Amino acid sequence: MFYLLLGIVLLFLNNDLSKAVITLMNVIIILVPLIGTIFGVMYYYNSREFTELLLAQPIKRSSIFLGQYFGVATSLAMSLIIGLGLPFVFYGIFNSSAIWDFSLLLVTGAFLTFIFTALAFVIALSNENRIKGFGYAILLWLFMAVIYDGIFLMSLLYFEDYPLDKFSLVATMLNPVDLSRVLILLKLDISALLGYTGAVFQKFFGTNFGLILSSIMLVLWVVIPTFFIWRIAKKKDF
Amino acid sequence: MIEIKNLHKKFGKNEVLKGIDLSINEGGIFSILGPNGSGKTTLIKSILGMVLPDSGDIFINGKTLKNNYKYREKIDYLPQIANFPGNLKVNELIAMIKDLRSGQSTNDAELIEIFKLQPFLNKRLVNLSGGTKQKVNLVLTFMFDSPMVILDEPTSGLDPISHLRLKNLIFAEKQKGKTILVTSHILSFVEEISDEIVFLLEGKIYFKGSIPELKSKTEQPDFEHAIASILSSSYA
Repeated sequence: MFYLLLGIVLLFLNNDLSKAVITLMNVIIILVPLIGTIFGVMYYYNSREFTELLLAQPIKRSSIFLGQYFGVATSLAMSLIIGLGLPFVFYGIFNSSAIWDFSLLLVTGAFLTFIFTALAFVIALSNENRIKGFGYAILLWLFMAVIYDGIFLMSLLYFEDYPLDKFSLVATMLNPVDLSRVLILLKLDISALLGYTGAVFQKFFGTNFGLILSSIMLVLWVVIPTFFIWRIAKKKDF
Repeated sequence: MIEIKNLHKKFGKNEVLKGIDLSINEGGIFSILGPNGSGKTTLIKSILGMVLPDSGDIFINGKTLKNNYKYREKIDYLPQIANFPGNLKVNELIAMIKDLRSGQSTNDAELIEIFKLQPFLNKRLVNLSGGTKQKVNLVLTFMFDSPMVILDEPTSGLDPISHLRLKNLIFAEKQKGKTILVTSHILSFVEEISDEIVFLLEGKIYFKGSIPELKSKTEQPDFEHAIASILSSSYA
């Protein structure tokens, strides 16, 4: 519902598909992780009783928790894709050149949902205290979405005498939020805005190798937290 | 049958179970007694695999519990606190649990009749009173015909009539040759139903045997005094 509303409003305000896609990118990059984190943590804590009920039944532990995770993450990703997709479909995205940019946007959005829901589940599983769990989850989101960029920028300024191409590439890869942002920006061909770094990024991410590597990174960002969910759930007492 | 060997469990610094050795034979009603925090629930949850022991082994019918979940098909468990997802209706919850253990016969209709739950079937679980929730809990536990039943504080919140019906239900299950494990603080209830009792004290088994044995051991004329004498001697 939220995504649907957002899509409609943006289209009306912008009246232009590719501009709407850019605005949408900013929203997706910041909001999708937030929604994934909050919903993940909230769902886990809310369904605790239910989980305990299930644990006494003849079901494997891993299927309980991974099932819950994929349930939440998939429905969030679906709501993102359907909610944002519908208004754009009615607007005539299929006849527009922005279709590929738009689908990349949705795919990265879905990835971000999966990543942050998994991280939220890991946090919720390792914190019995709800307030603490929520706090850590919000902090994680803040760190990834805002603080990380700040530190990144500071270090770039601080070490400006050195060649930083490699460093900035690696640093971008390590944060899923940044990675998605760079991917979309480059796809939208506005990398010229990024100046020299943009050129380096273009050279790297623009190639097939870069695209594959960043996709692998996104997949890893899903797989590793999911592995942690599985491991913590296996060892936890209820 | 259940066999527990040298079971240890710590929660943080709090050592709850300090080496439990216990074997429970098939058939009959076993009560686990002990003061608050003596580790009754932890012991039961270890048998169910919800709490993972630090050391020690549990075997059910000769099979270890580690990396095993199928054995829970043969156990019905009544949790101490009836925590259910509040947004579900009673009959939805019953249908869901049935669905989870599909292939097993159920007698939920009969149990709903026994506990007079028909007027509540279409209500959401958040809106139910504590006693009614406990009845739903009992229906969920007894509706399967498993050879082993574990009841953690089954009487909490029940009115006297339901209490009586529960007692009859437990006896009926016993007649079918089931193994029933009960924890309770209501001594008259325990005295009435138990074939054998296990008394836990500070994470260890203090006593295991029948009620007459306990009475003669503590030299007390009745069950309540016998328990009280164990408690006062341990606190002294």
